[in-house]
Amino acid sequence: MTETPLALLESTAETLMDKAAIEIPQDYLDGLQAAADDEDGDLSSFVLKAMLENYEAAKEDRRAMCGDTGVPRWFVKMGNEARVEGGMCALEDALRRATAKATNGVPLRPNRVHPLWRTDHDNNCGIGAPEIEYAFEPEGDWIDLITVHKGGLFGTDYRMLFPSDGIQGIKRFYLDSLMAFGKRGLACQPAIIGIGLGGSKDICMTLGKRASVLRTVGSKNPDPRIAELEAEFKELGNSIGMGAMGFVGKNMVVQCNIEVGYCHTGGMPMSVHAFCLSSRRAVARIWPDGRVEYRTDPDWFTPYMRREGVEWAPRVEAAE
Amino acid sequence: MSVREVRLSTTPTPEAIADLRLGDVVYLDGLMYTAREGVYMRALEDRANIPMELPAESAANFHCSPAARINADGSFDMGAVTATASFRFAKWLPEWMEKSGAKLIVGKGGMTSKDYKSYFVPNGAIYLSTVGYGTGALLGRGVEKVEAVHWNKELGLAQAMWVIRCNKMGPFIVASDLDGDCLFERENARIAESGAVQAAYAGTKPAVLKRYGESDDRSDEVI
Repeated sequence: MTETPLALLESTAETLMDKAAIEIPQDYLDGLQAAADDEDGDLSSFVLKAMLENYEAAKEDRRAMCGDTGVPRWFVKMGNEARVEGGMCALEDALRRATAKATNGVPLRPNRVHPLWRTDHDNNCGIGAPEIEYAFEPEGDWIDLITVHKGGLFGTDYRMLFPSDGIQGIKRFYLDSLMAFGKRGLACQPAIIGIGLGGSKDICMTLGKRASVLRTVGSKNPDPRIAELEAEFKELGNSIGMGAMGFVGKNMVVQCNIEVGYCHTGGMPMSVHAFCLSSRRAVARIWPDGRVEYRTDPDWFTPYMRREGVEWAPRVEAAE
Repeated sequence: MSVREVRLSTTPTPEAIADLRLGDVVYLDGLMYTAREGVYMRALEDRANIPMELPAESAANFHCSPAARINADGSFDMGAVTATASFRFAKWLPEWMEKSGAKLIVGKGGMTSKDYKSYFVPNGAIYLSTVGYGTGALLGRGVEKVEAVHWNKELGLAQAMWVIRCNKMGPFIVASDLDGDCLFERENARIAESGAVQAAYAGTKPAVLKRYGESDDRSDEVI
């Protein structure tokens, strides 16, 4: 089993930090272009046009697309056969070093501070920062590094709903979130709205966050009834008469992604997240032989990640 | 309807300010400084001396932390600049305006018309909102030079007082005027009048389990 070189992981991570901050992913750009094409509110049209110019300026100048460069974090996904030179703690060090270096290098805004003492190391690192989360796939010796620089203040909410709240209760909380954070454009819409349904309370938040940041514009949940809800919720969110910056308009939601997890039989927890006009994500797959492929689709929610059974079916079949 | 574009000095004349209309798009020229909670607390609560001549050098206060670095040789690199939401600074702004003579408060999302009428209008000041939000790269292009960074050691890079020279920096949108009217409230009212929100909510129902905040009466139950 060959180990993936640590230096390659670290240099790739630095490149990803740079790409995420500067290059708007094509799927989001296509979604926003479509929004700009059909927007008829005069002020919100102006805003969308300015945003499209801004993405170009960022790429031309190689400068961050937004001055608030979000809170950088990492998602690491590994094929079952992947091994890191120096082990997983070495990888965590490398990701923290890449985060600190890129904060000074790009430059990014050093957003991360202690919640009480407001200590700022000027490098986006600190207690629990950047977050590093892991997932695995049954096949492969590759490692996917995914960085997401999501804004941190507005557009997110959580609520414990119950089965008796039903779809109408879900709609209500969804609309409440859009209204609360859409006014004055606090959510920096049009956004990729992620909805987490089910799971434990913490996982409900995680599911919604990942639905917004780890799925692309144009993606669909594989459950056709959930996919229908996604389409309906996008349309519903765009029907409230509110556009960019909370001005009169019809583009609030570029995409609505819903992810579910099994929850307590008595509950139906729900979270809503908004990934903003600077939907910063960048991905690279690294192989132990030194190959690196960059992309912008995290491809996080695979059949394995959404598995329902006790064991992963293909593996059980292979053993039989 | 097309939007009107205006070039404006960061030490604007009263006439130039009076000429601005809600929804105008503004590009700024001259010195502008960043000040948010860190600077306000240090200047107003800790009574530290403000390290600039205000408002002679600049009457434009930007609610912003830039994506920037201070190089080893003391020079600066500023990439993108974007505003942060201003409503959180209402606590300090009346005193700051009095002390600094600021005429342009530049930020994200504006303030309430109550804020505008109670201390913006009496000070001859208006609010400019950034666009998007997130035209950070476009705004970054409008930074001709970083002139200084004050209180970096005390407050950190994000909260420090950055002094930038603007050259046609923009776009910004005029979000308040000298009547104290608020662009965002005008838009909220138009959206409310359209009836679209009521239509979207039709058939939905309040959550079974309430939360405090929805009722502020703690003798109420939330079930």
